[in-house]
Formats: sequence, C-alpha cells, structure tokens
Amino acid sequence: MIINHPLLGPRDSAEFTYMGDAKLIDRPDWQDPEALAKFIDYGYMRDNPAGAHRELWYHEQGDRSFLVVTRDTTTHEISAVELARDVACSRGRSR
Amino acid sequence: MSQINRLPGGQIDRSQSLDFTFDGKAYQGHAGDTLASALLANGVRLMGRSFKYHRPRGVLTAGSEEPNALVELRDGARKEPNTRATTAELFGGLSANSQNKIGSLRFDLMAINDRFANFLTAGFYYKTFMWPAAFWEKLYEPIIRKAAGLGSISLQEDPDAYDRGFLHCDLLIIGAGPAGLAAALTAGRAGAQVILADEDFTLGGRLNSERLTLGDQSGADWAAQTVAELASLPNVRIMARTTVLGAFDHGIFGALERVSDHLPQPAPGKPRQVLWRIYTKGSLLCAGATERPIAFENNDRPGIMLAGAMRSYANRWAVTPAQRVAVFTNNDDGHRTAADLHAKGVAIAAVIDVRPDAPLSGDYEVIAGGQVINSRGRLGLKSIEVALPGGGKRQLSCGALGVAGGWNPNVHLTSHHRGRPEWLPQIAAFGPAAEGPKALRVAGAAKGDLSTAGALRGGADEAASWLRENGFRASRLELPEAEDAPISITPFWAVKGCNRAWLDQQNDVTVKDVKLAHQENFVSVEHLKRYTTLGMATDQGKTSNMGGLAIMAELTGKAIPEVGTTIFRPPYTPTAIGAFAGRDRGTHFRPTRKTPSHAWAEEQGAVFVEVGMWLRAQWFPKDGETHWRQSVDREVLATRKSVGICDVTTLGKIDVQGTDAATFLNKVYCNGFAKLAVGKTRYGLMLREDGIAMDDGTAARLAEDHFVVTTTTANAVSVFRHMEFARQCLWPDLDLQLISTTEAWAQYAVAGPNARRLLQKDC
Repeated sequence: MIINHPLLGPRDSAEFTYMGDAKLIDRPDWQDPEALAKFIDYGYMRDNPAGAHRELWYHEQGDRSFLVVTRDTTTHEISAVELARDVACSRGRSR
Repeated sequence: MSQINRLPGGQIDRSQSLDFTFDGKAYQGHAGDTLASALLANGVRLMGRSFKYHRPRGVLTAGSEEPNALVELRDGARKEPNTRATTAELFGGLSANSQNKIGSLRFDLMAINDRFANFLTAGFYYKTFMWPAAFWEKLYEPIIRKAAGLGSISLQEDPDAYDRGFLHCDLLIIGAGPAGLAAALTAGRAGAQVILADEDFTLGGRLNSERLTLGDQSGADWAAQTVAELASLPNVRIMARTTVLGAFDHGIFGALERVSDHLPQPAPGKPRQVLWRIYTKGSLLCAGATERPIAFENNDRPGIMLAGAMRSYANRWAVTPAQRVAVFTNNDDGHRTAADLHAKGVAIAAVIDVRPDAPLSGDYEVIAGGQVINSRGRLGLKSIEVALPGGGKRQLSCGALGVAGGWNPNVHLTSHHRGRPEWLPQIAAFGPAAEGPKALRVAGAAKGDLSTAGALRGGADEAASWLRENGFRASRLELPEAEDAPISITPFWAVKGCNRAWLDQQNDVTVKDVKLAHQENFVSVEHLKRYTTLGMATDQGKTSNMGGLAIMAELTGKAIPEVGTTIFRPPYTPTAIGAFAGRDRGTHFRPTRKTPSHAWAEEQGAVFVEVGMWLRAQWFPKDGETHWRQSVDREVLATRKSVGICDVTTLGKIDVQGTDAATFLNKVYCNGFAKLAVGKTRYGLMLREDGIAMDDGTAARLAEDHFVVTTTTANAVSVFRHMEFARQCLWPDLDLQLISTTEAWAQYAVAGPNARRLLQKDC
C-alpha cells in the first residue's frame, strides 16, 4: 500500500506501524461521571467495519508522525490522510 | 553422448556444446537449451517419479507451468530441489538429479504404491489413519512425513546473496509475447517510462515456438528486432528472466529476477536473484495462455505432453521427444503440431481429432472423430490405443503423443485481489476477472485473443488507450501482417469412462478421485480442491484445474461457469524463501548490540547473556571459581561491603524536553514528577489504560524543561511509541519534544556504601 503522507508525499506502508482505530484519539476525561463505562468502551470496544475505517498509522521508519488514514477495509482504497495532531486539535483535545 | 532426437533449425547455438549430467550420466546440449530440451534431445523422456504413486514421469510442458519434470539442480550447498527442468537454462557443468524415488529412477522401489492405488484415493488420510488412534504418532505420522514432499534440501547455508530492489515506472508490461512487445513498442515510442518483464530468457513468448510469420519475417526474428529497438530506448527497461509474482495494493507489483540462475555460480559481487518491488502508474498483463491436456486412461506416461510444448521443443529447441509421434486434439491447434513436426522430418503416426469434421491432411493420417483411450509403455510411451469413429480400436505405435485440449488465458494476476475469472464460451475457458486489481489491463492471449494478429492488435490498443488516458500522445503502431485464424474448438475434457486418467500430475489426482469426491458430496469447487488436493501443488493447477472443473460439472449436471472456479494467489510461480529474506540473514536480520564496556568485560572474562539483542555481562568469573554462584556471591558481597558498578546501557532512554516536559510526565506515569528537583531522579511506573502495569523506569531531571527517562530493555521501542502517541494524539498542544537516546547515552549503576566516594574520586 502507498500512504500519501501530508508532509512527505507518497510513502510505502512498510515504513509505517499500524496503531489501531483512530477513535483512540478520543480518550475519555477521567473526571467524567461516566468515566468507568467510557474507559471500558475506549479500552476494549472496537467497530469492525467492512468499508471506510479511520485508523492510526505511525511513521516509525520516517518522521514519527501519527497519521489518521481513512481506508476501505474491503478494497484497501485510501480516501483521506491527515496528521493525527491536526485531527486531535480539531476534536478539541488539549492539556 | 549423441543427441539422437535433435532436429534441424531452432534457436539454439550449435557452435556452443555444453556438458551436463543427469543422475550421474554425462550428456551434451547446446547454449539456448533448457535442461528439459537437452534431455529430450538425448532421448531421455523419463525425468522423475510422481508424488503419490511414484509413476514414471517426463515433461508435460515447455514452461513454468510444468507439474512433472522437477529435479534437484546443482550439488552441495547450492542444491535446489523441485526445480523445473523446463525452465532451468543449461550451462556447462550443470548437474541434475531426479527425485522422489528409492533406488534408481528406472526401478523406484516406491512404485509399489501404484499397485495400491485403490487404497490411496482422495481422502485416504482421513479414512485410513483414523484407527487405532495410538498408531498416529508412532507409526503413521513418521511414514507419511517420510513419503511426503519431492526433493531433498541440502541443509547447508546458501552461499549466494539475494537482493531486494525498488523500481518505479509509468507502465509495467507483464509478458513479452506478441501482445507485450506491441504494447511496449507503443508505450516506449510515446516516451513513457516502461518496464517490460518476462519470465523467459529469450523474449517473444510463443513467437519463438511457432513457424508463423509476421509480415515477411519469422516470428522469432520480429521479436528479436522489436526487442533490439526497445533496448535502444532509454525510457524502456527490459527485464528478462523476471517473473512478476503478484499484484499488490495501489499498483505495486512483486517480481523476481533470476540474475545468476543460468550460471554455474554468480559472478563476483552479483546476487543470485533480486526480488523487485515495482511501483506503477498503470500495468498491462500480457501473460499469454497455458495449454490444457485431455484426460484419458494412463495419460501420464513419459512422452505424453502438451501439443504446444511439443511444437516449442521442435521449433525453438530443434528437438523431438521421439522419432514417431502422434497428436490427440479437440481443436485446430493440435494439427499445427503435426504439421510442424512433419516439416522437420519427424514421422507422424496419426492425428486423432475428436471432431468428426476435423481438417484432413495430405501428409499424414487424420482420424476424425477418434479418441485416444489408453497408452502402453512402462518407462516411456510405446503405443496408444485409439477408439475409431465407426467402432473398433487400433493400436498405434509412437514414442510421443502431443495432447491439445485448448488454451487457458493466464489470468492469475487478475485474481490476486480476489477477482473471479469469467467464462469465455468462444474459447471454452476462463478469462480475466472483471474485478481485477485497479489499473491492471489485460491484452492478448491472457484476455482470450488467441490469434497472433489479435494479440499484436490487443497489446498495441490497450497500451495506446492507457497512454491517452494518462496524458501521453500515442501514435498508431504499424503492425505486421500475422496469422488471424478463427478459433475452432469442441470442448472435450476427458474420454468417457476413464478412471486412472491424470488431471493433476504433480499431486497425482485422477478422474477417479474427482468422481469419488462427487460421490461423497464434495461438490463445491473449493471442497473438491481441498479433498482431492487438485491444483494444490506448486504449479497451482495451471494445467489441471480446468479438467477437474469440467468433470465435476458433468457429474453434477451443471455448466462449467455454474460450477465456478477457484482463484489464484501470489506467487505466480514457486519462489525461494531466500529471495524474500534478501540480505536480512544472520546478524543482518538480528544485529548484535554491544554496551560501551563490552570490550573491557570481554577482557575480564565476563560471561554474557543475550537480552533483547544486547549482549550483557552476567558475571565475571575469577581463577579458581568453578560455579557461577561463587562469582555472583563474591560480586554481591563486594557491592554490599564497598561498591559495585553495572553497565545498564541496555535500558531504553528517552530525552524529554520542553516547557511542558514535567506536565507530560505527570500524565504518562502514574506518579508525579512536577515537583522533582533539578538534579534528582525518581522512579516512575507506567500503566495501561486498563490499569495493568506496562513499564517502569526512572526519570532524571537535568533542567526545569529537560528530563531523561529510562525504560526496560525490552520495552524501549513500545514505550517511545506510546509517548509519541500521547504527545501527538492525546495532548497535541503541549510544548514538548521526544528523542530516543537509547543508543546515544551510556548508563552505569553504581551501588554500595562507597558509591558516593567512588564518584567523588572519579568525577
């Protein structure tokens, strides 16, 4: 597979390490009243879609960026690649 | 030493004679020969023993689809089992041995299996080795293990190097027959970056095997001239001896180039093989077609081969498998074989054509509406039995029989993304999958265009259309006039009533096995394949799948496309594991990591242990110490009483810098670091999200905004990964940088009551 890195252009997927579902970005707030249930969901529950899947790829043999890649699990078609940091910021993550 | 079956003509270099041995016996061939063609030239038809029944076998084909003629090539550490004699190029001093036999090839003791054929049918493992259960481990399994497999391995380290390489191109053309050459010429002249890959050592595909002309040239001459023009174009890379093994995602292809397989050993500094990863914008499959046999009783004797292969041997290698040959066909193509061999002076016993309206010949007998129903000859074909159209039988003596059952397009790569081949009724074969890999086009015989003119036109047109869609200006190629015969085929798969008629010669699967599978209700093609092992040998059923499907279709009363077909996986042909490993062997795969004190520790006679690829000194024995406990006890006591040092460089180390460094460490460890004073170190415990301990280490604060943390040796990589995840995905706005300094910093533990004094003295 070829992943079109937003900063470095097209790179072979062999340079990356697959790091799982991009929902890992949405780590629950530990002070939330529903924290326990939310952490169980965060830690253990994953969707397994046949189709578009947003997932984390870590450019470990490259610039160490975490990317959010939208990949069709049935065809391996990649429709979007974003920097995970941008995605995290846009989802309101901060200290 | 005489090449009794050598014919005039051909594309071999008669000025170069090459000596070689087969099973210890010396023979001679010529440059341009394969091992198979050279053996046939010397009158050797028997080349191996079959997998299960140990039946005598010779070549069936003249290419990489060969199921039978598998040999052990070379000796010593370079010995390579299960090498197809049909693709092994002859070189001076080549030595080959037959395999899968006990005793000699002519008198294989395991041939007794053939007498027990009734017992060794499909599924015999499952039925036979069930009881008594206790026999499995001690008796059955050792016997089966010994009997399984064909060749033997050397058990020595391969002395040759294998490389991996990366290539980029606009258009990859797979196969250099008429379609591939026409496509490459079109794309090459248009200025596209082209790679033309072919598994053969001479490009041209079937053009080298036929007597057909292109314009006023022979096919082989046209191919050579076209290759010469392509070679002169700087934007075209020609890769002979290169098999495209698989189509992978996003236009990436894997290909194996056999750089030195045709030499006794690689030239200095050269690898044996190179595994290429080719990145393409577009690709064109021009892989041609594979001929298929017709099943009849005892159709596996040495001398019985595909008619197209017989023609290749005669026209390209100037060899006939015997001085008197016959042809069994269901289409016009078989007649070509008879005509070509007749033209070379070989006696034609007869052409047996299942079609009652078969074309007749003035030069030899054609039995229209006849069928070959049996064969004789223990170690090689002596005669065939022919059922005549009006009833009655005839024995025909012949040393070889060419069988022509039609051609199957080589659609394998179109299936590599799970696309299913589609039925083409006009040629009674499966054509390319509609849902093939994106940007992979198909042309020529691989698409079902079985005429030379059709292949030339198809290759040129597909290339031109790809070029136009991708911004190139393609001019129309002037194509030479070529054979454009319509296809006339009567589907005919197996002679009625045959049983011990081989479909898959490599796995010894007969018509009888398919009937048994049907009787036991294994009617789905996937079940049929697994139960009988049809098409599961290293040739992936290139010559056998269609026959099996056709018989299952007949038994279930369905049409072949309704029965369906299995699909193909990479690699297209068997590939050595060494090619995948490349240079990553030994310490290149698993490097040895040494600490800064390693040389010193070695001098002190340290005993080392390997931890996470690091060599770590375990203890330092002194003279007179005979047990590790003595050394360790002495070291412990010395440390307790005074001071001891330990090289702990193997621990992972991460440099954490930024105004938010302390905030970040507070978040990733379960204990706090914000209040740690500069110059102090604190132990830290890291937990997973579910509270289970993940790693531990220490954090030393070098400055307000600068820490160095350690991890356990084994988790150095995963902790760094986790911290990068936390930095980028969880708290993206922290002012923070991480650097792995595992290999940059040495680290020593200094312990004992005199630790401080030691440091004061030294630092």
